[in-house]
Amino acid sequence: MNIETRVLQGDFDEVRTRRVVDAHSGLEGACLPILHALQEAFGYVDKRAIPIVADALNISKAEVHGVISFYHDFRGRPAGRHVLKLCRAEACQAMGVDALVDRLANLHGCNAGETSADGALTLDNVYCLGNCALSPAALIDGEPVGRLNETRLDAIVARCRGAVQ
Amino acid sequence: MSARVYVPIDSSSLSVGAEAVARAVESEAKKRGLAVEIVRNGSRGMMWLETLVEVETAQGRVAYGPVEASDVASLFDAGFLTGGAHKLAHGVTDKMEWLDRQQRLTFARCGVVDPLSIADYRKHGGFTGLEKALALAPEKIVEEITASGLRGRGGAGFPTGVKWRTVLQTRDAQKYVVCNADEGDSGTFADRMLMEGDPFTLIEGMTIAGIATGAAKGFVYIRSEYPHAFHTMRRAIEIARAAKWLGAEIAGSKTSFDMEARLGAGAYICGEETSLLESLEGRRGQVRAKPPLPAVKGLFGKPTVINNVLSFASTPWIMSHGAKAYADYGMGRSRGTQPFQIAGNIKQGGVVELAFGVTIRELVEGFGGGTASGRPIRAVQVGGPLGAYFPDKLLDTRLDYEAMLAVKGMLGHGGVVVFDDTVDLAKQARFAMEFCAIESCGKCTPCRIGSTRGVETIDKIMNGVEREKNLVVLDDLCQLLTDGSLCALGGLTPIPVVSALTHFRDDFSAPRGVKLAAE
Repeated sequence: MNIETRVLQGDFDEVRTRRVVDAHSGLEGACLPILHALQEAFGYVDKRAIPIVADALNISKAEVHGVISFYHDFRGRPAGRHVLKLCRAEACQAMGVDALVDRLANLHGCNAGETSADGALTLDNVYCLGNCALSPAALIDGEPVGRLNETRLDAIVARCRGAVQ
Repeated sequence: MSARVYVPIDSSSLSVGAEAVARAVESEAKKRGLAVEIVRNGSRGMMWLETLVEVETAQGRVAYGPVEASDVASLFDAGFLTGGAHKLAHGVTDKMEWLDRQQRLTFARCGVVDPLSIADYRKHGGFTGLEKALALAPEKIVEEITASGLRGRGGAGFPTGVKWRTVLQTRDAQKYVVCNADEGDSGTFADRMLMEGDPFTLIEGMTIAGIATGAAKGFVYIRSEYPHAFHTMRRAIEIARAAKWLGAEIAGSKTSFDMEARLGAGAYICGEETSLLESLEGRRGQVRAKPPLPAVKGLFGKPTVINNVLSFASTPWIMSHGAKAYADYGMGRSRGTQPFQIAGNIKQGGVVELAFGVTIRELVEGFGGGTASGRPIRAVQVGGPLGAYFPDKLLDTRLDYEAMLAVKGMLGHGGVVVFDDTVDLAKQARFAMEFCAIESCGKCTPCRIGSTRGVETIDKIMNGVEREKNLVVLDDLCQLLTDGSLCALGGLTPIPVVSALTHFRDDFSAPRGVKLAAE
């Protein structure tokens, strides 16, 4: 993903939002599928989409806001160019993930729940990726990484940063 | 004739380079002018051997692992396409001791078949349970499931047959079957493996539940941390529908059943059944008070069967082999098999499906081979983040629902997480409270506020601030969470905390250099 698409992702597009909402509003229990689709289309859920979703589902804006704020997945603003979801749960703790978290913060300037200053990498805490026999585990842009160690972590960060031309 | 090579597409395999291995096999074969058919199977569950490449030979499937892309050329040199000797060779896969010692009923096909091939599924006995169910009255199916002794594999252990009977007996034109695939417990991955490696088994099981209870619509709610499982399930549903195993008049019968895969959004609490239903309905995943039970008033207020992936996935085997054959496995009131998951600091982690009654030690030492770090095992957490930490002296405890309760633990979803002697159990107890605070839905006060108070109190204990007094406060808080919480998250969070206090009390008084945050 290049910078151009990222800028586009940060732009609110009402027409496209309505199109995404309409494509899913007929489902039973459509709210989560709509929010997922919006996040997939734009990279985040813009607060200007809230009244559109509320209107389509005939629920209040407060309810939509409540749903967005309840779930860890939904972002209120665009993520960095790459997203690293690092498992912080027990199996990964047993294999030393906490030291990797420290390394990300101290060496690479990436803190959990934040995007690095250069916009290259957003680091999210997650609790279990179901890869617990190959801990520590992560997802980089949705692709699983197992047996994470300092070398592999550094390589991932370098790749994310190197993607900026 | 082209040689058939199996390269898993399971998330665990992908996490250690299976994609690159598959590409390397393809290009190396091309370079050497050899015809190779690559099948992307699920995982056999021997995670330390991933990427586990298998080759079909006259002797059966032969295994090589752990294979890296850089090993592929040497595998070709060794003639692996005909089962040639190589330092990564393990002989015939089915005869490998680790697999051979298991009792794979639910996981019989996982890692064996092409996950998205109906023909392969049929060849390995798929849909025979459903065919039997289609010929039976709903009451008879429920009787069969009840007689098998199957209990909810998600963790609560509630008898599946009783749940199904309630839905069957509740009259309504609209009923639902919901599969809880929000497998959030650390150390568990059997649901994911099954959905990625043998998704039709889950579809078959949910369809059987639909026939048994009079429900025509199903949802499988998959956590967003499992993007590959979600993708595979969605594809499998489309394929099953196209082959008329889902939809109107399935398999030429008068019965209709269809289903959808839905994605969670990163909330552990949605593994709690009522919270999951709220989420499916499009709301905040807040727990509902029970009663009414979901079996009476569930999804959209309609009677709903809600079960874990492994519960549904056990039913095709039960229907096709009979309740008695299933109940012959196990001990006491825990009948059948449980896919245990060995994880954390473990040399040979993965999925071990065995009859109930195996000891923790057999799993972590026998199958697991001890820690990955090579250091002594100090603690084993059984049953996910709400399960107890056991010391060495309790590792001979048998794994069944009642035996776990007797040692103040719980079996949960069958996850077994190993820690070596560098673990600090006070820190783990603090994490249990912290996790509860992060994931609490906020509906009930003991869980929402008690968990934060728990973190603060453990911090004080760890830092030596009025330690004895605060240990009393912590005990009291744990009691309150146990008694006063609305659901299992708040209600069971004390289990890891109390087990750490009971078995590893010294960790709470260990000297530390950490300072308390200014208050």
